[in-house]
Amino acid sequence: MQLWKFNGGVHVDGHKRISSEQAIVQAKIPKLLILPLLQHLGIPTEPIVSIGERVLAGQIIARCRGENQDSLMSAPIHASTSGTVLAIEAREVPHPSGLTAMCIIIETDGKDEWIARQPLEHYQQLDPNLVRRHIAQAGVVGLGGAGFPTHIKLKPQGINTLIINGAECEPYITCDDRLMQERPLDVITGAEIMRHVLGGAKRGIIAVEDNKPEAYEALQEALEHTAIQGWELIKIPTLYPSGGARQLIRILLGIEIGRSQQSSEFGIVMHNIETARAVYRAVQRGRPLVSRVVTITGDGVERPQNLEVLLGTPMYELLEACGRKADLERVVMGGGMMGFALSSDEMPVIKTTNCLIAHRAASIEPPTPALPCIRCGACEQSCPLNLLPQQLYWYARAKDFKKVQEYNIFDCIECGCCAYVCPSNLPLVDYYRYAKAEVREINQENKKAEQAKRRYEFHQLRAEREKQAREARHQQVPVAEVSSEVAPEAVAEMDESARKKALIQAMLTKAKAKQSKD
Amino acid sequence: MSAIVLLSILGIIFGLLLGYASVKFKVEGNPMAEKVTALLPHQQCGKCGYPGCAPYAEAIISGEAEINLCTPGRETTMLNIADLLGRAPVPLDAEVILEKPKALAIIDESRCIGCTLCIQACPVDAILGAAKQMHTVIASECTGCELCLPPCPVDCIEMREIPLATSNWKFPYPLLNTVGKA
Repeated sequence: MQLWKFNGGVHVDGHKRISSEQAIVQAKIPKLLILPLLQHLGIPTEPIVSIGERVLAGQIIARCRGENQDSLMSAPIHASTSGTVLAIEAREVPHPSGLTAMCIIIETDGKDEWIARQPLEHYQQLDPNLVRRHIAQAGVVGLGGAGFPTHIKLKPQGINTLIINGAECEPYITCDDRLMQERPLDVITGAEIMRHVLGGAKRGIIAVEDNKPEAYEALQEALEHTAIQGWELIKIPTLYPSGGARQLIRILLGIEIGRSQQSSEFGIVMHNIETARAVYRAVQRGRPLVSRVVTITGDGVERPQNLEVLLGTPMYELLEACGRKADLERVVMGGGMMGFALSSDEMPVIKTTNCLIAHRAASIEPPTPALPCIRCGACEQSCPLNLLPQQLYWYARAKDFKKVQEYNIFDCIECGCCAYVCPSNLPLVDYYRYAKAEVREINQENKKAEQAKRRYEFHQLRAEREKQAREARHQQVPVAEVSSEVAPEAVAEMDESARKKALIQAMLTKAKAKQSKD
Repeated sequence: MSAIVLLSILGIIFGLLLGYASVKFKVEGNPMAEKVTALLPHQQCGKCGYPGCAPYAEAIISGEAEINLCTPGRETTMLNIADLLGRAPVPLDAEVILEKPKALAIIDESRCIGCTLCIQACPVDAILGAAKQMHTVIASECTGCELCLPPCPVDCIEMREIPLATSNWKFPYPLLNTVGKA
């Protein structure tokens, strides 16, 4: 099996052993569930329950806004367990801003009563679109961290290669690793369902980094003993960020996805390990996405482990369950490279929460002061996207937003390799995020200005037209003799035929005037 | 002698050609003014002292106005115009810099008397309503120009700031000395 290489990348300390040997444990049902209306990439949902209402596990409590439910960039939110809706209010949500957003708060009753499940047992015989709609209604989104609605990526549009991404290249995260070890058949079945929905992609690949030999073996064994055929299991060398979509496609297929191109243009689509399992559960078990595996790790907890957590569970509950240390100082959501620090531990676990890293105060290094860029070029050699991080840094720093776009800032996946190798400790990714946000805002404002201009021009056109019509009326028609003091109702009361005549007359004079002008 | 005749004939031919071209390819309006207009935010707010974005753009082109007068466009607009015209950037007025955060008009519907004055004032038709009926602002179309405020006889329109939420929050400019290596 030939594998390719992508440019750059870094070898990072994985810290995976902290939690990779602990089997997945079911976390207990929390007293309170906090379910944000936006847990994915796309449009927020709207609540369809009212305060005081009793809800059952698996019940949709917030639906997608819009008509055509299965093509929207959105995914419904389900109640994770049974209970009563306590409030619908703004709460702190896991987001780099630390701001609040609307959430549905459910007080659980501990009974975990489910709605009637509706699995699609013989999906092979069903229309792929029907299965896709089922997955959309189950609220499945990409569970690798980005939260892209899965049904959008399952549209059958000439896809010939389906890749299941088990690279899990980021430090600390082990949830996919454990899932592959413990539930290989679920993952494979989910992958097979996806293949069916995509209209039978010719090639199916499951890729696993070679630092997870147990997961590889478990999948291999499961593939040998199942009726599901035609899956290639490929071991790839450990190198961050091999789990990035473009990087993994490069490694496996040798295809370089160009700037501002989509992998679907090449007939390739990629899904995460846990997403495959969520699809399996939705289709075969009739269980919508109400829980996920979360790695709780770091030296801030006594017993780092992987927990199967109900969505909406407050993070402090998980930290308690893993033996929170007294001097726990900071919690990071996501991996060691791309994660962000949370401002509070009262935030809920959402669909994109794959890992929580707890740090003790003592282990947090004081921030190293950034030194000037010495133009060493190490960042350029590490960039897996072949960008010029140094140039991007200078232009972002100088707020030259035209130039950052010329240097393809939107290709940057914010993997952090450049900042990792930077000898001057420059927070490079922070600059790129800043520049991206500014450019997005500028583009949005330009769009708004364009819209305003259009509306203003139409406004003036209409004003002009009305003025002309008024003048014409004043000149020709008895209506014009109605003095301005008379209320408009009087005009309206005018005989219908007289009004029509007046209108025709006005048009005629207008036409005549035009003719004489020409 | 023949040289003089030849040159005069050539002169007449080219003169005619140019005369014809000036009629045939006449450009309506000032194309530069249109380009400048496209860079402006189109709130038609008149804060620059001109009765709309297009007149201000014309004033810039004719050299009558400076390029730093656009309040809603702030520095970005000024820099874009400077870029387009090849002029040196001009610092913004203190007033312009102290411009308040972006806000949208909102009508207190309980006090609205349905006079339609604000509807007539709105340059982008973002206010919905009819005579003696309650009016309301279409938030997605409102540009925040504040032109509807003065005509309202009962002062029932106020500008409300757009609250900061996860959807419009932006990553801040990095502070070098406080942020270390991730």
